[in-house]
Amino acid sequence: MTTDTLPDNRLSLSEATAGESLGRDAWRRLKQNKAAMVSLVLLVVIAVTCLIGPYLLPWGLAEVDWNAFSVAPGLDSGHFLGTDANGRDLLTRTLYGGRVSLSVALVATLVSLVIGVLYGAISGYVGGRLDNLMMRFVDIMYSLPFMFLVILLMVVFGRNIFLIYAAIGAVEWLDMARIVRGQTLALKQREFIEAAHALGVRDRKIVTRHLIPNAIGPVIVYVTLTVPKVILLESFLSFLGLGVQEPLTSWGVLISEGTDMMQSAPWLLLVPSLFLATTLFCLNFLGDGLRDALDPKTR
Amino acid sequence: MSDTLLEIDNLTVDFQLPTGTVSAVKHVSFSLQPGETLALVGESGSGKSVSSTAAMRLLPELARTSGAIRFKGEDLLRATPRRMRHIRGNAISMIFQEPMTSLNPLHRIGRQVAEVLEKHRGLKGRQARAKVVELLEQVGIPDPARRIDSYPHELSGGQRQRVMIAMALACEPELLIADEPTTALDVTVQAQILALLKDLQARYGMAILFITHDLGIVRHFADRVCVMRRGELIESGPTAEIFDTPRDDYTRMLIDADPRGRKAPVDPSMPVLFEAKNLQVRFTLKKRLFRASEHFEAVRGIDLTIRRGQTVGIVGESGSGKSTLGRALLRLLDSRGEIRFDGQDIAALDTAGMRPLRSRLQVVFQDPFGSLSPRMTVGEVISEGLRVHQPALDRRQREARVIEALEDVALDPAMRNRYPHEFSGGQRQRIAIARALVLKPEFLLLDEPTSALDRSVQVTVIDLLRDLQQKHGLTYLFISHDLSVVRALADTVLVMKAGQIVEQGATEEIFANPREHYTRELMRAAFVDAA
Amino acid sequence: MLTYTLKRLLMAVPTLLIVITISFFLMRIAPGGPFDGERQLPPEIEANLKAAYHLDEPLPQQYLRYMGNLLQGDFGPSFKYKDFSVTELIAQGFPVSLEIGGLAILLALLVGLPLGVVAALRRNSGLDYAVMGVALAGIAVPNFVIAPILALVFGVLLAWLPAGGWNGGALPNLILPVIALSIQQIAYIARMMRASMIEVLGSHYIRTARAKGLSERQVIWRHAIRPALLPVTSYLGPAIAGIITGSVVIEQIFGIPGIGRYFVQAALNRDYTLVMGTVVFYGALIVLMNLLVDLFYSALDPQIRYDD
Repeated sequence: MTTDTLPDNRLSLSEATAGESLGRDAWRRLKQNKAAMVSLVLLVVIAVTCLIGPYLLPWGLAEVDWNAFSVAPGLDSGHFLGTDANGRDLLTRTLYGGRVSLSVALVATLVSLVIGVLYGAISGYVGGRLDNLMMRFVDIMYSLPFMFLVILLMVVFGRNIFLIYAAIGAVEWLDMARIVRGQTLALKQREFIEAAHALGVRDRKIVTRHLIPNAIGPVIVYVTLTVPKVILLESFLSFLGLGVQEPLTSWGVLISEGTDMMQSAPWLLLVPSLFLATTLFCLNFLGDGLRDALDPKTR
Repeated sequence: MSDTLLEIDNLTVDFQLPTGTVSAVKHVSFSLQPGETLALVGESGSGKSVSSTAAMRLLPELARTSGAIRFKGEDLLRATPRRMRHIRGNAISMIFQEPMTSLNPLHRIGRQVAEVLEKHRGLKGRQARAKVVELLEQVGIPDPARRIDSYPHELSGGQRQRVMIAMALACEPELLIADEPTTALDVTVQAQILALLKDLQARYGMAILFITHDLGIVRHFADRVCVMRRGELIESGPTAEIFDTPRDDYTRMLIDADPRGRKAPVDPSMPVLFEAKNLQVRFTLKKRLFRASEHFEAVRGIDLTIRRGQTVGIVGESGSGKSTLGRALLRLLDSRGEIRFDGQDIAALDTAGMRPLRSRLQVVFQDPFGSLSPRMTVGEVISEGLRVHQPALDRRQREARVIEALEDVALDPAMRNRYPHEFSGGQRQRIAIARALVLKPEFLLLDEPTSALDRSVQVTVIDLLRDLQQKHGLTYLFISHDLSVVRALADTVLVMKAGQIVEQGATEEIFANPREHYTRELMRAAFVDAA
Repeated sequence: MLTYTLKRLLMAVPTLLIVITISFFLMRIAPGGPFDGERQLPPEIEANLKAAYHLDEPLPQQYLRYMGNLLQGDFGPSFKYKDFSVTELIAQGFPVSLEIGGLAILLALLVGLPLGVVAALRRNSGLDYAVMGVALAGIAVPNFVIAPILALVFGVLLAWLPAGGWNGGALPNLILPVIALSIQQIAYIARMMRASMIEVLGSHYIRTARAKGLSERQVIWRHAIRPALLPVTSYLGPAIAGIITGSVVIEQIFGIPGIGRYFVQAALNRDYTLVMGTVVFYGALIVLMNLLVDLFYSALDPQIRYDD
């Protein structure tokens, strides 16, 4: 027995049986989902490769190999995935492009997450007139042809990666706000929130101790599903020639360049497409897996 | 016996789940004669619904059945799907527990009833419609010629169950399986549906297999009773025999499940703890910009006095405003009128002003699954109030108080680091009580604390509440739709209807000679055996 | 129903106002103007031109004038296509885009819905996994990747179909763009239909239908399909918006003269008026489509009553 032992025959602190939290429970279920786990591993591999790969490769992003223009993938030339018409190493460019695409995804998702969670939680928790007003605003925003307004912005202000972050984040927060508001409203009806009020717990504590931990599941799921949407949006803009500018590149830009060279050098289209599609595929699988793992209905 | 209608012979049902095989029904045998009513009684998980659903071959695909289910000598478990479809809705029909969701929300009720007639009797068009109107009339749907074109959401729960019954009886089946048909309904509606079934049985001469968790309601309804527990049939026999000389302890417990004991009234000289005058609560249904908003008056001017040590019971059906009244008293809802607690006017206090009083006024809710945050351990749930009201306590002192509270509600304190989803309904309700008790309150609002629990669990929770009241000198406001529970716990009863108190007085007096028509109706519905 | 429709139309007004206002002021902020040609115009001629186009008026007045013109369907002159007004360009391009987009939505429903139903009915079978795997691939591979690959394979390598061009809307020219445009929506619709079908099949009223003795076919056709369609119906709004957005790249890739292609070229050429005009037009179109979808939904679901 430790020093924690209480008087009389009560149990010591250490003796109490530990339970399994919902988070750990969900993780255990997720681990049983092979597709989701393979996706998770692949995603980590892709992210790490994009992050450190360029340091290990002998070529720079815009470095021209004067001996190798439009070289097909292979081991001989030292360009494993070939080069483009300007003699630049495709693997190097794809990895750099991945950095941009993934960073856009992360930053824009973060922007949407912060705006959406705050907006939705306030709207749902305060309720009443404010909720009505805030949701009416979201409704109006929803019916805006956002894609086109973003394009308009890019046209007028020129291509700029920070503008892309902000613009995409500003589009994607609407869904997040609705989800969080819905969760908050549903949770507010739950009796444990009422019990917390009856205990005299302060509003701030109710939000941090009860609302947010319980709303976090659907938010996590939605984040995994937002990331691929954002990546897609960025590559869509890039494809139209409205994305990041030289010397930066992204998967969308590479695909766009590859499309032009499709007949003579198909690898220029296929390699970045493969990276993009694998990432999106894995993210969707992971999102589905998370939803199944966190869904209380299957419990 | 050759004229046996339904014979369940050594029926076993296993569910093959990813986590392993679960046996829901184990070697169960019973039989049913034409025109007879057999009640299949058991608590949740007893396998009663599974057995009856198996007779219709409506179990999900992962169920494995063995044994035999013979309907007029024909083994249904071996019948072709085509043969089964001919029997379903025709020779055997079924009504379910969930009247709100058992009808297709997108089809008019008339069409849903007519579908059976078309399928099994070939009736179409005007003929079918005339028959449907007749059926709706028989099951007591008012104005059936017009109602036939209603959608399910335009009907009340009781009316939807009547439509289900009309559908089940359309082809005059020889056997009606009724799976908890009244459980989701208010007591007075419950009684009407039971009377309707009885009446229709007399008219059509069908046999009824009646599945219920409530042994009380079958006493005057069933000819014979089978008691099931954990997938096994533990006792069966004629109803009178089962009630008079139950052989099994479990059956005895179910019969005695109506909570026993009465509470002695409190001396009228005891100080008043809670007092409300002309209390009103209204909800805004629809906000309108230019016209007057629409309101719903949930509580309409109620006066109430609760003395120290009293247990005041509030009874009423859903929508009577009883829960709203309780929440308004505790200032969990905005209200108008006067509320005094221990002499202090609390009606005008704001959230911060109420906070110091919160530790003296606690509450236990109905839903044992919704009232505990799934992300917190039991220890965290119980100690949350201590963090608010006694911030000076250190971790070990809080821990000690949590242990004390858990022991109070007879739970193993070693469980305090577990999460709510690892507990059963009854255990969770004990945790909710511990959360309230840890603050050492004077007053406890008990809002249907036993309604979601099995009868046998209910009894133990009620005993616990009674013990705790004595031990800590608590005052209770007990809200329930269940009159037998209120009778056992309360010394004063208020009967509520449509936001108003229709009758109040000492419990024994009210139960002995209820003055108001509504009260009498509630009683008759609740104590069918007394009728 | 009529009141509801009117109310919804009324609610569309602020949405469109926002779109128009944002467009108008972005246009004013944008550097350059319609008369920035290669040559520097003499100041007096430029002043004359500006006066002719009312560009010398104060901004609020210009705004009101722009709105007034919009109400008459006049989006102003195009900067680049000097001989055409924006309205004329949209009028030319829209029928083409409508044909491609309409066919794509139709194809998405005709293929996506049955796939979803079949996958739900054969849940956890090999067929189910195959359909869902393909659907996930359809979501993961963007249409601007699928489109060039389709063009390469069927247009160039196999040479079965034209790899691009419009040819007055001849059937062979339609096939590839319509398929490329609909693949993503097929995938979404199939997934959604499967999920909602599974949920409906587990509902109490399906149990009731089976208890009536209906055959599985009757249970599915009479009782399961319609409720399962409801969530898919409410997805139609976003689906249409997705098709419209997608048409922008698809028209570009296949060289189809719809508004999508005008839009991209206008964006790249900084043809501001044409870009704005297209955005406002698309905005109105999406608002209108959403309204139609909601009305359609209410026709499917008697529980929705728009009587207030």
